[in-house]
Amino acid sequence: MSKQTQVYDKEIVFAGLAVFLIIVTFPFWYNLVLGKAASAPVPELTKEAKAAKTCVLPAAEMKSEHMRILDVWRHSVVRQVKRVYTTPDGRDFEMSLTNSCLECHYNKTEFCDKCHTYASVDPYCWDCHIDNPKEIK
Amino acid sequence: MNENYMFSLMAVILLFLLAVLGVDGFGLYSFFGIFVPYLSFAVFVGFFLYRVIGWARSPVPFRIPTTCGQGKSLPWIKHAPIDNPSTTGGVVVRMLLEIVLFRSLFRNVKLQFRERGAKIFYDWELWLWIAALAFHWAFFAVVVRHLRFFTEPTPGFVKFFEYMDSFFRVEILTDVVQIGLPAMFISGFVLLVAVVYLLLRRMFIPKVKYISLSSDYFPLFLIIAIAVSGILMRYVSKVDIVSVKAFTLSLVKLSPALPEGVGTIFYVHLFLVCVLLVYFPFSKLMHMGGVFMSPTRNLANNTRMKRHVNPWNYPVDVHTYEEYEEEFRDKMIEAGLPVEKGE
Amino acid sequence: MSDLPKPDEFLDTIDHKPPPKGWMDTPTQIKPGMYCYASNPKSVEYVGLPNARQWNPLDDDWGLPENWRQILHEGFKERLDRFRSIKVFMDICVRCGACADKCHFFIGTGDPKNMPVLRAELLRSVYRNDFTTVGKIFGRLNGSRKMTLDVLKEWWYYLFQCTECRRCSVFCPYGIDTAEITIMGRELLNLLGLNIDWIATPVANCYRTGNHLGIQPHAYKDMLDFFVDDIEEVTGVRVEPSFNKKGADVLFITPSGDVFADPGTYTAMGYLILFHYLKDMGLDITWSTYASEGGNFGFFTSHEMMKRLNSKMYAEAKRLGVKWILGGECGHMWRVIHQYMDTMNGPADFMETPVSPITGTRFENAASTKMVHIAEFLADLIKHGKLNLDPSRNDHLKVTYHDSCNPARGMGLLDEPRYVIQNVCNHFYEMPPNTIREQTFCCGSGSGLNAGEDMELRMAGGLPRANAVKYVHEKHGVNMLSCVCAIDRAVLPALMEYWVPEVDVTGLCELVANALIIPGEKKKTTDLRGEDLPGMEDEDV
Repeated sequence: MSKQTQVYDKEIVFAGLAVFLIIVTFPFWYNLVLGKAASAPVPELTKEAKAAKTCVLPAAEMKSEHMRILDVWRHSVVRQVKRVYTTPDGRDFEMSLTNSCLECHYNKTEFCDKCHTYASVDPYCWDCHIDNPKEIK
Repeated sequence: MNENYMFSLMAVILLFLLAVLGVDGFGLYSFFGIFVPYLSFAVFVGFFLYRVIGWARSPVPFRIPTTCGQGKSLPWIKHAPIDNPSTTGGVVVRMLLEIVLFRSLFRNVKLQFRERGAKIFYDWELWLWIAALAFHWAFFAVVVRHLRFFTEPTPGFVKFFEYMDSFFRVEILTDVVQIGLPAMFISGFVLLVAVVYLLLRRMFIPKVKYISLSSDYFPLFLIIAIAVSGILMRYVSKVDIVSVKAFTLSLVKLSPALPEGVGTIFYVHLFLVCVLLVYFPFSKLMHMGGVFMSPTRNLANNTRMKRHVNPWNYPVDVHTYEEYEEEFRDKMIEAGLPVEKGE
Repeated sequence: MSDLPKPDEFLDTIDHKPPPKGWMDTPTQIKPGMYCYASNPKSVEYVGLPNARQWNPLDDDWGLPENWRQILHEGFKERLDRFRSIKVFMDICVRCGACADKCHFFIGTGDPKNMPVLRAELLRSVYRNDFTTVGKIFGRLNGSRKMTLDVLKEWWYYLFQCTECRRCSVFCPYGIDTAEITIMGRELLNLLGLNIDWIATPVANCYRTGNHLGIQPHAYKDMLDFFVDDIEEVTGVRVEPSFNKKGADVLFITPSGDVFADPGTYTAMGYLILFHYLKDMGLDITWSTYASEGGNFGFFTSHEMMKRLNSKMYAEAKRLGVKWILGGECGHMWRVIHQYMDTMNGPADFMETPVSPITGTRFENAASTKMVHIAEFLADLIKHGKLNLDPSRNDHLKVTYHDSCNPARGMGLLDEPRYVIQNVCNHFYEMPPNTIREQTFCCGSGSGLNAGEDMELRMAGGLPRANAVKYVHEKHGVNMLSCVCAIDRAVLPALMEYWVPEVDVTGLCELVANALIIPGEKKKTTDLRGEDLPGMEDEDV
């Protein structure tokens, strides 16, 4: 065979490969065309939060574990009628999203939503906790 | 044939250790975080295209569809437009069903000799089809879900996938295990279960074990390792996904910035995915591209209706009628058969 | 046949559990009964194929040319460049095993190398070593191996234990077709002169005399004249076939096997009766002694050899100036016509789109190739009520239908023959669904394996088909297996005799001819086989 450089069924093969390329490079062009130039969000702390210095656990731990803690809290309160949470360093907190967490972090938009939106997380907290956000009042 | 899967298992363990050692031991963050991902993506895309174009460099000289139903013939004979397509439209549907639903695998039957072979049965056998379908679709869902790390803002279709994927709310809250939030994505577990099934069937069904090569076990072990590390990262040894996303976004925005305080497990997960990307175009995983190129499936069965041209069709030696008559003329005349050059 | 064990014992020896040792470490033993004799050098030489010599597969020395490895390597490369099918099929198999128990030879022998996937791996292992970088680096881990004399012998043994039936391709999620792999493998073997004689000699015959059996023109006419006499004896009607007739409307081509051996001969008589019947209705059809072969054993040799033999069909049609070609009942012949002929030897622009002179139906499905299958032609005639049929003449038969592999999976000819059968027979029963239509099982002797010396292989390969026949025989009392393939008619009688002795074999046109009420016929008391017709003998008494 002499014609080694030839590609047969060119149109369909290249069309298929173009589709493949468009799909696998999706993140590259999507961010270029439609992306926001946002850098990683930094949740804003209210003055109460700043004053408290630490949350129930150190900030790094809270970042990755807060959803689990809230879930466990809800479970303890609703199923086991246990309302008090004692931190590893001996502080007591009422296990309550509204009365404990939101005491400091009442700025849902600036605190909660920033990261959740960024990470495409849609928590169901606010399905029930309609008394929030306090920032509205 | 133990050596086949032992080798592949060892290879995956070695790769895992390599990542752990490289990151934890030598602190090669930018190597594992930036260099390897870019390189592997380039290799994947580049060689994928290379392989497909390589196939396309060979022509399809003859139309050889495998016909799996009644062909189009007389107008009153009911024709199977999908299993034996006579038009491009039919071929498109056939290929779609093949690629999206694994239609051919759906036909699978299992041979059974009963009464010492006096009765042979072919029972419908769907486990392979189910596992294959579960595996591929779960993998697809997992990949789509991961786009949330590579896009900002996260597109609606990704959110939709996430929503569907976390449809079943699973909550296990004990003193030891506390799973409930973050919400469970079913696809990761379906993927893991399916791939483990595919591995076990290779290890324990004698016929499949007999035909399996190391290169069949390797991707299975690799995908298991990827799935396990991913699942651990989400539900157990959690990482700060905001930092992770900042990093992955920086990669696709071509201004890579390493994350801070993200655990080794993330690098392991990333590295194994990179290995998969590099392995892909050089292996049987290219069936992803190849299935589109299979001449027994992607051609219409219209060969008597339309002429198809073979680009390398060359003249051949034939035994002509003249040569034939030359040899047998006398006998033909004697038998009363007509001849061209009579008497 | 005498060497064969009893069927029960045969079944007991089949074990589908693979041996503990890997297949690459299991050397191949060439067993008598499982292979066909080596090609006769005269036949190989006659058609100018390489390395013609006397050789014996059981010998250590196969008389290969010194540079045989190089010939194979270059031949392989050339085929990879010419056929996308083989290139893709070499690369994308994932060894899922779906094909494994779909092969009639695996079912009947239990030999793991008869699993389609492994048959392909025999070639793939060498492909990986010779043509892929990864294969070269990782060697055995990646399933690669070097070409050696043992590997070559393994190729030969197992590539002639595949009948290119394509059943595996139906079940493969990527449509990988072992027939395609076997075809390429046999092409490569032919580069070294490693054919079997049951293919090589028919090829040489066909090249010279126009048919596989080497029947010379006068003898061909003689044989048909015998049939004319036989037909007159049974029906009282004298049919008059024409030969090599210039200016005829239609050229008829059918496998030569049917003019030579029972029960195919009755099918040939069927053609003669049918054409006689249609003569007054406007059918001007001629037989050809030059293109006196429908089948094409060149297809089992190489693409080139297939083209060389097939060329006679269009050449003869052109010489005689016919409008279109009618093809008789044959299996692989129809795959060649349907999927290859027009591409290889076309365009057939010197002919017209086939039109039935009796019904006026235009066969649009053959618009380009200009060749119509007799089952299509018959179905159209019956649909238009042009045949005066008395199906009760076939009442002594309980008929089932065997889809031949190639018309089923390389064409899609499934319902036309069924329609015809159901109009000429009152008792028709289908075999189980997993054994018919596109899932049909091969006769076990196709693609040139219908020799006498490989009877054990044939009985093994035919087991799944025979077993399905046995099922309908026991359930419905089926006593006649009909088919539209000359190889089937040549080999199924032996298969039935071994596995289901109560069942006979027939072609479609024999059934039609028996049911056909021919104008001017005498009172028929027997069918074409000379067997008494039910009811008729009573009236005579």
